[in-house]
Order: sequence, then structure tokens, then C-alpha cells
Amino acid sequence: MAEYQLSQLKQLEAESIQIFRDAVSQFERPILLYSIGKDSSVLVRLAQKAFYPGRLPFKLLHIDSTWKFREMIEFRDRFCAENNLELLVHSNEEGRAAGVNPFDDGSRKYTDIMKTQALLQALDHGKFDVAFGGARRDEEKSRAKERIYSFRDRHHQWDPKNQRPELWSIYNGRINSGESVRVFPISNWTETDIWQYIRLEKIPIVPLYFAKPRPVVERNGSLIMVDDERMRLEPEEKPVEKLIRFRTLGCYPLTGAIESSAVTIEEIVAEMLQTRISERSTRVIDHDGDSSMEQKKREGYF
Amino acid sequence: MNIDKFLNQHEQKDLLRFLTCGSVDDGKSTLIGRLLYDSKLIFDDQLSALRNDSEKNGTTGTGEIDYALLLDGLKAEREQGITIDVAYRYFATPKRKFIIADTPGHEQYTRNMATGASTADLAVILIDARYGVVTQTKRHAFIASLLGIKHLAVAVNKMDLANYDQEVFNGIRETFSSFLAQLQIPDVVFIPLSALKGDNVVDKSVNQPWYQGPTLLEFLENVNIADDHNLSDFRFPVQYVIRPNLDFRGFAGSVSSGIVKVGDRIQVLPSRKESTVKNIVTADGNLDEAFPPQAVTIELEDEIDISSGDMIVHPHNLPRISSNLEAVIIWMSEDPLQNGLTYLLRHAGRNVKTRIDTVIYKIDVNTLKKENSENLELNEVGRLALSTTKPLFFDAYSKNHETGSFVLFHPITNATVGAGMIIDGTSFDAKQTSVVQDQESRLKDHVARREFFWETGLVDQRERTLRNRHKGKTVVVTGRNASATQELAKQLERYLFRMNMNSYYLGLSSIGSGLDADIEQGAIERDEQIRRTGELARILTGAGLIFIIALSKADDYDLDRLKLLNSPNELLVVNLGYCAYKEVAADVCLNDDDNTEEHFAQILHWLSAKNIIPEYCI
Repeated sequence: MAEYQLSQLKQLEAESIQIFRDAVSQFERPILLYSIGKDSSVLVRLAQKAFYPGRLPFKLLHIDSTWKFREMIEFRDRFCAENNLELLVHSNEEGRAAGVNPFDDGSRKYTDIMKTQALLQALDHGKFDVAFGGARRDEEKSRAKERIYSFRDRHHQWDPKNQRPELWSIYNGRINSGESVRVFPISNWTETDIWQYIRLEKIPIVPLYFAKPRPVVERNGSLIMVDDERMRLEPEEKPVEKLIRFRTLGCYPLTGAIESSAVTIEEIVAEMLQTRISERSTRVIDHDGDSSMEQKKREGYF
Repeated sequence: MNIDKFLNQHEQKDLLRFLTCGSVDDGKSTLIGRLLYDSKLIFDDQLSALRNDSEKNGTTGTGEIDYALLLDGLKAEREQGITIDVAYRYFATPKRKFIIADTPGHEQYTRNMATGASTADLAVILIDARYGVVTQTKRHAFIASLLGIKHLAVAVNKMDLANYDQEVFNGIRETFSSFLAQLQIPDVVFIPLSALKGDNVVDKSVNQPWYQGPTLLEFLENVNIADDHNLSDFRFPVQYVIRPNLDFRGFAGSVSSGIVKVGDRIQVLPSRKESTVKNIVTADGNLDEAFPPQAVTIELEDEIDISSGDMIVHPHNLPRISSNLEAVIIWMSEDPLQNGLTYLLRHAGRNVKTRIDTVIYKIDVNTLKKENSENLELNEVGRLALSTTKPLFFDAYSKNHETGSFVLFHPITNATVGAGMIIDGTSFDAKQTSVVQDQESRLKDHVARREFFWETGLVDQRERTLRNRHKGKTVVVTGRNASATQELAKQLERYLFRMNMNSYYLGLSSIGSGLDADIEQGAIERDEQIRRTGELARILTGAGLIFIIALSKADDYDLDRLKLLNSPNELLVVNLGYCAYKEVAADVCLNDDDNTEEHFAQILHWLSAKNIIPEYCI
């Protein structure tokens, strides 16, 4: 590499840090949306670097749909304690009281109430004017056009026709009261970048990413892990132990596992390159119909 | 493949950001789809979903994969079958990682292309081999050059439909090259290809043995962008002050340009206070030096009050500090920009209020012609004079993209309404800019003031004319043929010199590395070149010289400005041959069929008729 040239990963890191600092200088009440997944782990590491040796000038917010994998919640609490991070956890209590769950209500309605509505409640309650998120443009087609600063109106709606042009590294953080902006510092990272960064920086991630024998049932072509006793089994379904891992993490009844023996990051990447099954295909909600992710984004889902 | 090695290699790659632009149907999405596909990075399930989609919406017919469908993201666009926004794509080869800004060619989406171009190192412009260079092709090239893109790959696509004919390719290359000559993009390569069939995209085309150059991917992998960064002028906009405890006070930001080292003497703007760099802090350990685009935290030896929005620089290398600037603006809002309105300007991490003093002119993005205008509409490009409520610390965009660029926000709707690129120098006196007026009357005012303050020596013009036996005069030779124009100008110098006159020919290329060394060559900076040439003409005419310049590409706009700047003296405009710009009011029109003697006779006749030279000379 030539002198005074940064490697591509270092360039991405520098860009992300620049975005964090810019947003904090432009907004009053920042928050980081923490999903516990690997991208969130990277996001937190980048935020720590941006404000080193100071502490993060914002808290983490986790939207607990109440159906997360147990290992995720354990990891979350340990990770935040070890890193001295201030964590807010919010669930939609009305939804919880009404017993909303992915089995009776279907993935679409459940996601709307326990994730989207819960997120909007938390954002309104905290009066946050900027929320950092770990979305990447290479994850899914409709995200390829997402801005780094994504403007949301008073109702947290995203309007694909009314996004602000974004030139150079100049971001528009101007909002009126009640409006907000989602900021995506790792927009330009690819999945391979994320894995290499985790490896390089020794960033802790939830053990569910690594293969282990776990109890699963096969349902509509997906391997669903039986994570606790709330899992509703069809009469003919019998959980079997399989060597599995997860490529993305979410609510356990809605997240498909893949059969795998990968127990190291190197093995995961090797598998990723061989299988070439794109990342989000294991998330059931993306298949709710054509353009479903785009629909959810318009409604305010991440 | 060893994964360890793969990942480390992936990490160490360098990064090329490029944008693709093309007209609606010239196969841009297919080309990108092909790049992604052939570089084997399209995931299998995306491919199988694609096969289903192609049968529903595809335009390629059954059996063939419609690569374009890979890329369309938003529903409305998918229904229309066209992409209407900027979309970012990612792929990597063992050599490089690439970020593609995919922008549409539609008339009304100039702003999207500018958005994509603002972060790009390189532009790929598509031309449909069947239709050749069209208006949109020229517009794409102009916008790319406006945004300072230094590398251009011209992909002549659909060569399969042109029978892979070398003549077709050569014709397009010639036509487009002559257009590109006025845009000053230093690195241009033409590649004949077929995105659909895969010729010369990733693999060499077997159908075009006459083409020896690189495939598109080879060019993208090998183009040298390391030298495009500005490493000489240190600029560090402070984004955030980090103060975890009483012992640490660091200024966090990204190095916009230049290099900073521990121990460097620095100055803080706007306070002008100076100190020394104590530490360059990062979470991965302190550095001895930092360069762009590194994000670091600077600790200083002295306690100086610095806040977010200030800028740290080297005291011996300051940016321009002014509340008055001129810039080329791309207007991005449905509400037109208007003279006299106030906007919010974001530059180097700071928002300041700004007033549009005047639209100096607008540029037709299709023909590059300048015209007077009171406003700018959506997707229009113009040169503006602005004044800000607080001074900005800036450089010309041509020297520094980071400190030379800004964005305008609407003060009420908060929408992003314009993107600006700051121009080197101003075309008139900054003190005058608070008076809103058009470009021509401002220039007149400037000349009137200049003449008023002109300090004269003890030799007056009459005495000088008596001694020299002729008056001073600036002669501008124009014409379509640049080399013939230059030759005539030089011969004229010689001819007049033999007649004992003080004639002096100045080649404009000579001042490019002298008087104009501090400005870039390009369509926009041309105004500044003309201004300096005009000022120089005023001085040399006053000195009694017959000052001869060849300006083959001068149009009415240039000549009017030269005339104004040269006043109170008048200009002699000589046009050679067919008049390239019909409107140019030449004083003497020379027919290029005539010989040089006849040309000189006509010029001398005019000079004596105007009493510049005595009649008996003839």
C-alpha cells in the first residue's frame, strides 16, 4: 500500500467515527439502537473509538420484544456491564399484557406491535432527536438507497420520495421539533467487513453465531430453535438436536438457523463464501410479500 | 482458499468509489449486474429469486437473466422499470473493494448524479453504441468534471448490436474526446463492451480483437487514485471536544487534508490563537502523524478555548478566511433559488447563515453555455456570489474537496436545497458584494473603481505615443482552428515588430504555469483566467504595447468581459476563418482562404483607421 493510504477497512472505520462525531455535534438527544447482534457490537466499538478516551455521550436502547433468544439477553447484560455502557430496555407493555405473540398474531402483526410500536414508544418517551442504527446498505435491496442520515417525520415515517440529498461527508441534521433522524454509521460496511473487524478487534458477539447442538424443529423450510417452553409445537413436531448456528439474530420463533459446524469466525466466513445464501434470507419477516422490508421501513421499523 | 489470508487480504485492500451514469436505456443496470455477477459475488438465493422476478418483469425475454432487476430497490421504480435515485452497491475483487454509486440518467435527476459524484473517485459513463454521444452523455461528463472527478471510463456499450464494429467505436471516441477537451478531466479511457453478452466487462472480448486496452474491471482495479488526495494543506475541522476529566482535553475530528505531526505549530480559526500539537490520540494508541481521512483526537500543549466548528491549521498555510465567496451551485429543490434570499450553509462541520448576493450566470448543463439569470431552478447549475454572517475558512474546491464544498439548507423546511463548490478567487471586489446587482454592472463598477484609483506615473499617454509612434492596443485573435489562430497571432507580432512597433505576443499556456499557476484549468476557473488576462491587457496597453493574444475558444461572454476589463482602452477582436460562435462581434473577420499578407493588410487598415498606428506605415 502506498504511503499515506488507509486500507479499505480503516477508511470505513474512519468514516463511521466521523459520522458519530458529526451527529453528536448536530443533535441534542442522541441514542444508540442496540439490537445485540454482531452489527450492533461493531457499532458500539466504533462509538467507543469515536469518543475515546471519553465515555459515550449517549445511552443504548434495546427494544425487547420479549421473544428474544435467552442467550441474547444474557449477552446484552454482560456486554453492557463489562463495557460500562448505560442501557435502556423498553418493551411494549400493552402488547405484553395482551399476550401478543408470533404464533397467534402472525409475524407481521407481532412485529408491528412488539418491535415497531415499541420502538416508537421508546423514542417518543425519551424525546430522542437522533437514533444511531446498525443497518448496512448491502443487507437488502431497499437499503441500498438509504441515506446515512435518514429523516423521519413527526410520526417516525420514512418517505422514500422525500429523502434529503447527501453530498460529500456533509450531513443535514436540521429538524423541527418532534422530527428525528436515524443515523447509520456503518452504511458502507459489507458482511465480510463486519466479520473481519470483529476478528481483528476481538469484539465479543453472542454465542448463537457459532455452531452448537441446539434443539430445533423444521417449519416451512426454516430451522426454528426451541429456546424456551413458550415455543408452540404442532402435534407432529418433535424437537431434535442439530448442530446449528444463526446468521442473524432476532426473535427466536421468527429466526431460522442453518446447519453448520462453524465454531470460529474463520469457519463462519468460509461457510459464508461457500454457501452464498444471503444474510437476510433466514429472517422470516422479509418474505412477507414483495417489498416487505420497504413497507416496514415506511411504517417506522428499523 | 485459506480464510485467514482471505480476510487479511480483504482488510488491506484499497477502496475505489465510482459512479455509473447513463441514459435511460443504455444498459447501466445490466452493466453493474454483470460486474457483480461476473465477479461472482451475487449470492445464490438472490439469483434464484431473480430468475422468478425476471419472468414477471424482465425485459430481456425468457431464458436470459435480467441483471438489471438485481439492482432496483424501491417499489415505485420497479414498477416503472427505471431507477430514480442513488443506490450504493458493494463488490470486491482480490485487488480492490468497490463502492458503486448507481445514478440515473433521467433529465430531472441531475441532483442525484451530483450526489453520487461527490464521493466518487471515478465515473463510468455509458454510451449506447447505436446512438453515440447524446445530450445526456455530455451532461454526465460535465457534472463529473464539475464535481472534480479525475478519472473517467467511457463504456461504449451494446457493441454486440453494432456488430462489434471498430469504426463505430472510433467515431464515438472522436466525437466525445473533442467535447471532453473543454472539461479538463485528466484521465479518460474508452472501452468497447457489451454488458449483456459480457464482452470487455470482466473478461476480454473475443469479438473485438482490434481493441488492445483494458477491460472495464481491469481499469477499475488498476487506476491510480493514491495521488488524488491533498496531502499539503493541513485542515482539521473540530467536530467535538472530548473532556473526560480535568487532565484531558482533546479536539476530535477527521483530517480533511494535509498531514499533521506531533510537535507541529498550529493555529486555531477563528481565534487565531497558536499552540503546539502535544499528542495525536486514537483508541488504538497515539500516532506520530495523521493524514486524511483519519479520525483522530488532537491534544495541544496550551489551554486554548476551542469549540466544535473551529478549524485547526498550520500557521504558515492558512485557508481563505472570508465572508464573501463565489461558488458553483447545483440547485436541488423544487423551489427556485433566488437572489437576495437567505439560506443556511453547512461547511466544514458548521452551519452559518448565508445570503445569495447574486446569480452571476447559469450554465446550461447540456450545451455548457452561460446565460444571465435571476434564479436557479431544480437541477440547474450556476455561479453565485454569497455572503455569510460569519467568516468561513475555505479553499477552492479544485484544490480541496473537503474545505471547498458546502451544502445549503432551507431555513424553514430544513430541506437540502443546494450543493456548492467554491471557486478560486472572486471576479470582482468583495467589498462591493453587499449591493445586489447583475454580473455585468458589477464588473463595470469594478472597472470604474479601478480606474478611479489608478496611480499614474509622470509620463503621459501622449508622450508615450509620440515616442513609440503608435498607441497601445490589445489584439485578441479568435478562430475555430486553435493552431492557425495561434500561428496568425505570432506572425502578427513578428510583422509589427519588423515595422518598428512594440508588439508582444503572449501564449496563454505560458501564464498557466505563471500568473495563473494558483488556479486550476477548467470550465469554471476559466472566468478567473479571463479576468486576469483582462487586467493584464489593461496594464500592457497602458504601457504602450501592442499586446497580442490568441483565444481560440473565446465566446461572446469572454469577449465582453475582456472588453470591459480592458477599458478605458478598446479591444481589437480579429476572427480567423469560419466563425465558431456566430454571435461573436469581431472587428476584423479574416477569410482563411486568403494568404497571411492579405490578413495583415486588413489588420493594419483597421489599426490605422482607428489611429492606433500612423497611416504612413502602410
